[in-house]
Amino acid sequence: MKNILKSAVALLSVLVAFTSCNNTSNSNAGALSSSAAEKVYVNPGEHDEFYAFISGGFSGQLSVYGLPSGRLFKVIPVFSQDAEKAYGYNEETKPMLNTSHGFVPWDDSHHPDISQTNGVIDGRWVFINGNNTPRIAKIDLSTFETTEIIEVPNSAGNHSSSFVTENTEYVVAGTRFSIPIPQKDMPIKDYKGNFKGALSFISVDPEHGHMDIKFQLIMPGFDYDLSHPGRGKSHGWFFFSTYNTEEASTLMEVNASQNDKDFIAAVNWKKIEEYVNNGGGTMMPANYAHNVYDESTHSATSTMIKEVLTVNPLDVPGAVFLMPTPKSPHGCDVDPTGEYIVGSGKLSANLTVHSFTKMLAAIENESFAGDAYGIPIIDFEASLAGVVEQPGLGPLHTEFDGKGNAYTTFFISSEVVKWKLGTWEVVDRQPCYYSVGHLMIPGGNSQKPFGKYVVAMNKITKDRYLPTGPEVTQSAQLYDISGDKMELLLDFPTVGEPHYAAGCPADLIKPRSKKLFKLEENNHPYATKTEADTKVVREGKDVHIYMTTIRSHFAPDNIEGIKVGDKVYFHITNLEQDYDVPHGVSIIGANTSELLIMPGQTETFVWEPKQVGVWPFYCTDFCSALHQEMQGYVRVSAANSSTPLRWSLGEDIE
Amino acid sequence: MLIAALLPLGLFLFPLWKITLEAPQYPTPLGMYIHINDFSDANPHDIKNINIMNHYVGMKYIPEAIPEFKIFPIGIIITTIIGLIIAFKGNYKWFLFWFILMIVLSAAGLYDFYLWEHDYGHDLDPKAIMKFTNPDGSIMGFQPPLFGTKDILNFKAHSYPQLGSLFLGLGIAGSFIAHLVGKKIHKKALHM
Repeated sequence: MKNILKSAVALLSVLVAFTSCNNTSNSNAGALSSSAAEKVYVNPGEHDEFYAFISGGFSGQLSVYGLPSGRLFKVIPVFSQDAEKAYGYNEETKPMLNTSHGFVPWDDSHHPDISQTNGVIDGRWVFINGNNTPRIAKIDLSTFETTEIIEVPNSAGNHSSSFVTENTEYVVAGTRFSIPIPQKDMPIKDYKGNFKGALSFISVDPEHGHMDIKFQLIMPGFDYDLSHPGRGKSHGWFFFSTYNTEEASTLMEVNASQNDKDFIAAVNWKKIEEYVNNGGGTMMPANYAHNVYDESTHSATSTMIKEVLTVNPLDVPGAVFLMPTPKSPHGCDVDPTGEYIVGSGKLSANLTVHSFTKMLAAIENESFAGDAYGIPIIDFEASLAGVVEQPGLGPLHTEFDGKGNAYTTFFISSEVVKWKLGTWEVVDRQPCYYSVGHLMIPGGNSQKPFGKYVVAMNKITKDRYLPTGPEVTQSAQLYDISGDKMELLLDFPTVGEPHYAAGCPADLIKPRSKKLFKLEENNHPYATKTEADTKVVREGKDVHIYMTTIRSHFAPDNIEGIKVGDKVYFHITNLEQDYDVPHGVSIIGANTSELLIMPGQTETFVWEPKQVGVWPFYCTDFCSALHQEMQGYVRVSAANSSTPLRWSLGEDIE
Repeated sequence: MLIAALLPLGLFLFPLWKITLEAPQYPTPLGMYIHINDFSDANPHDIKNINIMNHYVGMKYIPEAIPEFKIFPIGIIITTIIGLIIAFKGNYKWFLFWFILMIVLSAAGLYDFYLWEHDYGHDLDPKAIMKFTNPDGSIMGFQPPLFGTKDILNFKAHSYPQLGSLFLGLGIAGSFIAHLVGKKIHKKALHM
């Protein structure tokens, strides 16, 4: 009995020891991780608080995420072909990728910016720049589709783009590489003094958002790196950071890093606009593409424009000034009040902040320290508001929370640093994994930031995720900035290389997001609005199939009389008028992508059959319970055969 | 009685009945209003989408129009005219007559609705893509309830009267009240 009691006590104490041990370890690990986890957890079926539009860099696209969950919703094809959505593959969207260099199926997308009204994000459009073959794209946030792309002439490496002014009067695109303007055959060594940098002001129609290059400011041959609009008190001005003011053209990493200070160029665009409106500027020959997608015809058209208005800054006195800023500044960021312009000298140990008020006073008092090609250089001290001393290494980009704090990324020391505007004191720092580039606070480039989260976008991830061979994912990191100290909440992978992002409250966009396209508003020239109207028409070697889809069949689904050597256009209209019921289609051997057709939409793909036979086509998007049955056949006869052109649905072709 | 006779005209302004179909894939349920002279979508394209869904089990398309859409409005107009004549010329006994007339006609209307629903739910295409049977082996029907809520496969179907029916009901009730009030006044008049 005693033994039993003893062993019972022993067992009990062991159990107690184990359970209590478990409890403590659980609560220690659990409490910490659960607080961060809870902050980013969005219950199944519930929606995120913010949209984040994160650029794809070398993917050429723009991805749509939810914050705080970091969930990916969509990759919007912009500058690169996307076989999944037929973008740049179907007949309707091929013109979107037309340029003066022909069809360019790829680009490097960098800096998305959301349209604004009265200095506040309005959620109508996102603009984004193509870096390599200079272009600006506009994405309509009612459809989340690219609806316009304009090529930027006289530009190369379209990097200091695509930032919008306070009322989306302009989306601005600055050249990174200076080039001969106009282009000509000349020795590279004659760069200095001969190459020029174009800063393009693209007007945006307030109604439709249609873009039009209003004027190009032809600046000295520096590299224009980033830019941001003035806002509030500085509305009407635009600020561009520069490097390579040395005007070197080889071994740039050394030769473009010699000057102690480069410049932030301050451009009074209101003044230049007035000059241009009064007939100023020089119209010069050009050749650039303007591609517009029309939602009613579900088709894009490409127009080549043959001239562009250029402005010599010297012709508009008082419009352009240069503010010396240490060591090849990258970011050039304007705080929500419009007073401070933060220059992130990427090779400097300090952050330089200019004051808009002091800049105006310096201009008034002509406190100049010389000029560059006739453009006044403001005395460094005259516009200087303050310096953030030794905040980190390799400052790149700054955003603001609207509560008097600024957040700057440091590439070399791989961190986000929080500091106070006005006192310039550093108040917090958090590491990034690794080598952060830009960061984004929703509304951070406007008068009204939503200072709850900051997203840091990293260039390198190394060991942060499961390895996937030599090429590993890029990433973003989400920090809670609602308190005094920043808190890292989440790592999430991104598509391509995230250069920059734009975010806004979901409620700005969600209610306007389209559910479908109305069939009665479909003005596609090859639209077929009822099954009774389906037909197959031969025009020489071209055969046009007017086909429809509805759960769960194609009409027609049997076609005969196609011949080897024909060019067959499948014009497919999705007759569905229900949310989230797209149909897809492709046919064996098509030398192009599938189509993915939204309800009420018409899309076209081309098939050039090369072999005699009976070839099936089918629905590629699981549409319904009878999706597997959604299929059809095309009979292809020899080129010289006499098989009549016939089609049917639900009965045999006799 | 005047008000009672005019109230059923509300049927021309408001729907008589509504059938709603709920399922997980339809976060916004599919719905159809039945008016005195028309079917209409609760949300755009609902009837089209109900038809697409129903064709899997072989149900007929909801027709653009049914003969009732011609007969019912005429019936309502005639009974309203009769009601108005009674209101001005008749006495409380006629009020009762109109009350009974309306009850009988409404019952007939409901029975007709039931027959249509039954036919719609049971007269299925023999080539239907999917065929379901009841536990007893008979062919499963898909008739929505006349009144109330019922599970039909993955859908929950609701069928309830709408504002138009309320107007009709109030009109009928009003005529009965008019009859009672009229009777009371008549009796008082007799006693005096």
